[in-house]
Amino acid sequence: MLMLEKRPQPSKAWTLAAPLLAVVLTMICGGLLFAALGKAPVETIRTIFFDPLFSEFAWFYRPQLLIKGAPLALIAIGLSFGFRAGIWNIGAEGQYIVGAICGAAVGLAFYPTESFLIFPLMVIAGILGGVVWAMIPGILKVKFGTNEILVSLMLVYVAEQLLASMALGTLRNPEGMGFPGSRNLAKYDSASSWISENAGMHWGVVAAFIAVIFAYVILSRHQFGFNVRLAGQSPRAARFAGVNPKLLVLVCMGISGGLAGAAGLFEVAGPAGQISIDFNVGYGFTAIIVAFLGRLHPIGILLAAGLMALTYIGGEIAQSNLGLPGAAIQLMQGMLLFFLLMVDVLTNYRLRFGKGATV
Amino acid sequence: MTQPLLALSGLTKAYPGVVANKDVSFNIMPGEVHALLGENGAGKSTLVKTIYGLVKPDSGTMMLNGAPFTPAEPRAARASGVAMVFQHFSLFDAMNVAENIALGMENPPPQREIAAQVRAVSDQYGLPLDPSRIVGELSAGERQRVEIIRCLLQDPKLLIMDEPTSVLTPQEVDILFKTLRKLSAEGTAILYISHKLEEIRALCENATVLRLGQVVGDCDPRTTSARDMAELMVGTALHVPERAARPAGDTVLSLKNLSAKAPHQFGTALRDITIDVQKGEVLGIGGVAGNGQDELVAALSGEMRTAAGMITYLGENIGHLGPNPRRKIGLLTAPEERMGHAAAPDMSLVENAVLTATTRKELSNNGFLNWRKARTFAEDVITAFDVRTPGPNNAARSLSGGNLQKFVIGREIMQDPDVLVVNQPTWGVDASAAAAIRQALLDLAAKGTAVICISQDLDELMEISDRFAALNEGRLSAPRPAQGLTVEEIGLMLGGAHDMEVAHVDA
Repeated sequence: MLMLEKRPQPSKAWTLAAPLLAVVLTMICGGLLFAALGKAPVETIRTIFFDPLFSEFAWFYRPQLLIKGAPLALIAIGLSFGFRAGIWNIGAEGQYIVGAICGAAVGLAFYPTESFLIFPLMVIAGILGGVVWAMIPGILKVKFGTNEILVSLMLVYVAEQLLASMALGTLRNPEGMGFPGSRNLAKYDSASSWISENAGMHWGVVAAFIAVIFAYVILSRHQFGFNVRLAGQSPRAARFAGVNPKLLVLVCMGISGGLAGAAGLFEVAGPAGQISIDFNVGYGFTAIIVAFLGRLHPIGILLAAGLMALTYIGGEIAQSNLGLPGAAIQLMQGMLLFFLLMVDVLTNYRLRFGKGATV
Repeated sequence: MTQPLLALSGLTKAYPGVVANKDVSFNIMPGEVHALLGENGAGKSTLVKTIYGLVKPDSGTMMLNGAPFTPAEPRAARASGVAMVFQHFSLFDAMNVAENIALGMENPPPQREIAAQVRAVSDQYGLPLDPSRIVGELSAGERQRVEIIRCLLQDPKLLIMDEPTSVLTPQEVDILFKTLRKLSAEGTAILYISHKLEEIRALCENATVLRLGQVVGDCDPRTTSARDMAELMVGTALHVPERAARPAGDTVLSLKNLSAKAPHQFGTALRDITIDVQKGEVLGIGGVAGNGQDELVAALSGEMRTAAGMITYLGENIGHLGPNPRRKIGLLTAPEERMGHAAAPDMSLVENAVLTATTRKELSNNGFLNWRKARTFAEDVITAFDVRTPGPNNAARSLSGGNLQKFVIGREIMQDPDVLVVNQPTWGVDASAAAAIRQALLDLAAKGTAVICISQDLDELMEISDRFAALNEGRLSAPRPAQGLTVEEIGLMLGGAHDMEVAHVDA
C-alpha cells in the first residue's frame, strides 16, 4: 500500500523539481487530451511549447513573450506577498481593470497636451486605482471579518461592469463615430507605455523586472518579508513576534492591488492601447497560477510568467495553425496548476511503499 | 502463586525512525495497582495503546487470564474487561452526564436506566455525580469521574489510567486515590501511568520503569525512594537545582486590578489580579490548566492589550504597548505552546531567533535583517543551552520537544531580560532538560531578573519559587512565601476540591 510520511524538513530538491515535473506531466496529459481531440499530440505540444521560441517565425513571437509575460509577473509578484501571509486576494483581475481605467482616465484628461509628466501621473493613478479596489475586501475583512476570497472575486464582476460602462460612456472616444472604446493611448506619445514596440519592450516589462528584484530583497532580507512569511506559517507566533495582523492584511492587499493596477495601466497604454469592453483577458486569474507555479518566489514567478506567456502564444499558434479549440489551452493551463498542487505533496511528504498502517 | 491477570512478553513496536517499545515484558496481578513509570517518550503511551487495542505490536504476545489476548480494536479490549481513562477527556460539553455515558456504549439502555446505574456506581465507589448535570458545567475532577464511571459500568478487570492527576488539585487527587484503592480491594487491577513519583509511592504496590522503550527495572515504590526511581527513569544521577539566598529587591512590575474579558469562547476572563513583582525573585504561579494562564501570559507579553493603569513597569503604564515595545524595555515572555506560538515550526532556528530577538539583539538595521548576526545569536543559544540539533538552519519542527523548549527559553534568557514570564517551562521536557531549564531560571533571578514562572507542576514551583500564588478561574490568590507551604495549603489556594465530596470508603 502507498503511504505518505511527513518529512522532518521540507525537501529542497522537491521544491525545485515539483514545478518541472508538473510541466512534464502537463505535456503528457495535454498530449493525451489533444490526441483524444484528433490532433497529433507531439506536434501540438511542440507547437505550443517550442514554436514560439525556435520556429522560423520566432522573431515575431519572442517580443510577444515579453508583452504577455510582464503583466503576469507583475500581478503574480504582488499576489505572492498576500499568498505567503495567508491572505487570499483572488480578485487581481478586478484591480487590474480599475487600475487601467483610472490610469487611462488621467491620460485622456490631458489629451492632446504633450508633457513628460503625464505618463508618471498615469502610473500613480493606475496604482492608486488598484489599491483602492483591493482595499474594499481588505477593509471589510479587517473591520467585519468578511472572507476576502469571496469579496475580491465578486468585485471582479463589478469591475467588468464598470469597464463596460466606461468604454461605452464616460471614456468613449468622442471622435470614434459612436463605436465603443476610448482614444488609443498607445498613439498618444505622452501617454504611451511603449519603449520599443518591435522588441515588445514597454514600461510594464521594466516594472516587472524591478518588482522581481524588490520582492526578492524584501522577502529575504527585510523584516516586513519575514513578518509576511511568519504570519502565513504560524499566525499565533506572528502575533507573539509583534506583527499586527490587521495592518498586514491591508498592506498585503495594497501591494497586490497596486501592482495589479499598475499592470493594467501599462497594458492599456501600450499593448491594448485603449479602454474597451473586452480589455481584460484574464491576466489577473492566470497570475494566480503563475504565483504558485513560481513557488511564491520572485525568481520562480519570473520563470513561471515566461512559461505561461509561452502557452498563451503557443496556444494561439495552435488555434490558428492546427484548429485547436481555445478552451483546450485553458484546460491545459488549469492542468498545470492541478499537477503542481499534486506534486507539491512530495515537498513535505515522502512516499513509502509498505504494508498498511495498523491504526 | 496465582495466575497473572495480564502477562506481557516481548512486546515490540517500531515506528519509522524510532522504536517505541522493545521487548517489553511484565505481569499485572489481579487487584494490583501497578505503576508504569517513564519520561516523556519512554514508550508508556504506545504500550497502553497496545493493551487497549489501539496499536498492533510488531512482535510479542499478551495473555489475559492465561488465554492469548490480541484485541483488534478498543471495542474488543473492552469486551475482554480492559477499560481505559485517557488523559484528555472525550466528552461533549453540551450534553449531560448520562447522555455522554450512553454515547460510549454499544447498545445503550434507556436514559432512566443509565441514570440509575450511574447513581448506583457513584454511590458504591464514593464518586458523587448527578447524571443529569451538563458536562460543560463540571470541574476537571468531575469530568474525570464521568470517564471513570463510564469505565466502571463495564465492570472492568483491568483499569488503565493515563496521567489521571495532571488536571487535579491535591484534594481531588486524594479523593481519586481513595476510589482507586477501593477498586483494587475489590479485585480490579489498575495500571497507573504517571511520572509523578510521590503519587506512585503513595498508591502503587509495584512499578515497572520504562526508558527508551525498554523495561529498565521493577521496584516496590513503597520502599524505594523517589530519587532512586527518578534515576532509574532518567538513567543518570539527577541534578537538583541550587538556589542562592537573595535579598528582596525593588518592585519592577505591578499588576493592579488587572481584568480582561475572555479573548474567545473557551477562554477565561482575568479578574482583579493585583501583585507586585520584585527584582531578583522567582514568583511561582500555580493552577490547573484553563484557569487563565494563557490569558495572563498574553496580557503580559502584549498580545492582549489592557486598560490604562492595570500593568505598570517601573512606574510606567505599559498596558497599551505591543510585544516589541515591551521587549525593548526588558519584559520578555516564553509562552506555553512551543509549536506555532513561541516558535514557527517550519522556520529554521535562525529565523526563530529573529522572531523575538530582533529588538534587543539589534538584529536589524533600518528594517533590513542581519542574518549573519541572527545566526551567531542562534548558535550562542544552541551552545549555551545544549540544544541538540545538527545546526541552526534546521527547522524548529525537527527538534524534540525538550530541545525546542531549551531553545525557546534560552532565546529569551540570552536577551538579558529584566522581567521574564515563562508558562509551563518544562512541560513535556525530559527530567534532565527540565532540571537545566530550572537552573537557568534560578541563575537568571540571581542576576537580578524578576522571573514569573507559571506552571501546573507544583513540585517545580516549590523547587524554584520565592513566593507562590495560585490562579483559579482567572483570579490570583495573594502571594505567600513558598518556603514552608504545605501541600494542603497549596491545594486550598488552587481552589480546593472544587466542592467535590470526599469518597465514602466504608465497604
